[in-house]
Amino acid sequence: MLPLCSRVLLSHPFSPMSLMALREQLNMLVNSMYIEGLLDQQFQQLQMLQDASSPGFVAEVINLFCEDAERILTELTKDQAVVDFQKVDAYVHQLKGSSSSVGAQNVKLACIQFRQFCEENNKDGCLNALNVVKHHYYLLRNKFDTMLQLEQRIQAYDSKQQN
Amino acid sequence: MAIDPEAQFHVLAVDDSLIDRKLIERLLKTSSYQVTTVDSGSKALELLGLREDQDVSSPSSPDKNEIEVNLVITDYCMPGMTGYDLLKKMKGSSSLKDIPVVIMSSENVPSRINRCLEGGAEEFFLKPIQLSDLIRLRPYMLKGKLKEQQPSQHQETNSAISSSSNNNSKSNKRKAMDEGLSPEKTRPRFSSSSLALVTYEETT
Repeated sequence: MLPLCSRVLLSHPFSPMSLMALREQLNMLVNSMYIEGLLDQQFQQLQMLQDASSPGFVAEVINLFCEDAERILTELTKDQAVVDFQKVDAYVHQLKGSSSSVGAQNVKLACIQFRQFCEENNKDGCLNALNVVKHHYYLLRNKFDTMLQLEQRIQAYDSKQQN
Repeated sequence: MAIDPEAQFHVLAVDDSLIDRKLIERLLKTSSYQVTTVDSGSKALELLGLREDQDVSSPSSPDKNEIEVNLVITDYCMPGMTGYDLLKKMKGSSSLKDIPVVIMSSENVPSRINRCLEGGAEEFFLKPIQLSDLIRLRPYMLKGKLKEQQPSQHQETNSAISSSSNNNSKSNKRKAMDEGLSPEKTRPRFSSSSLALVTYEETT
């Protein structure tokens, strides 16, 4: 159930929502992602690395992660009739690495499970695991999209205020 | 981007993952190091002035494609040349053997860690790398600089630094072998206007 302020935001994108309300919304979104296990401590590290000299750092890393993940998921979705376990494992290893680096906890955990099935040469397990990874990835991506939109609005608001 | 005049040390970071290169670059810059990143061991060797089929830097082109580095930090798992292979190549080269090498890996495999440390790596970090890990790098870079500048006086300072770095290696080995991190009970509070500035509530 979205709070009133975010319903207003979504239905009237150009309403002059206060900076404080935007920040509050962003905080709530990010907090909920930690609580639900979408993000872990590593994401905090990324946030700590963003500062005045690199204001777009988190957005950049998120975008790189999403591009990389979608490339890998596309590859994994091909040729499901015959599973090349070694090749699949290599891709999942890559995705596990990048999700770990970004703090994408649920995606990372799903990748770890997936690799287990690869090791066991379990085809059905792998096909199922791929769906689980996709599920967690797309959930995360939707929230990342909202997060970055909010951040953009906040940063635009700030620079407007300064003019 | 202008070179920070304060940055004394230059780190060469090697990783085939673009995200990890971005991350390590940001971490190193935040720690005030100069950074160059490459995506493979062979590119690293090229930059350092060593061709794969040579054991010494080519005397005919000493400054071509050659950079001064105080430390190399490399991923272990890379296609082609692994971080371990890169380490061995460097240690086998008279011009590169004194450059400290640190290896990173997403996998906690004790035999791998031991192999790298025995192969001459100063440290082995588990990914994802934290800012606090980079603090451990300074003694290795200082040691290198001292060796370079004051070869006759390096003995005393060297033993002081190497005893502290030995301690670091031991405790880092423990770190690398321990499982995960204990969850924090509270989260840091910040005060910013974007993703960099998010306040947190205390967790139960």
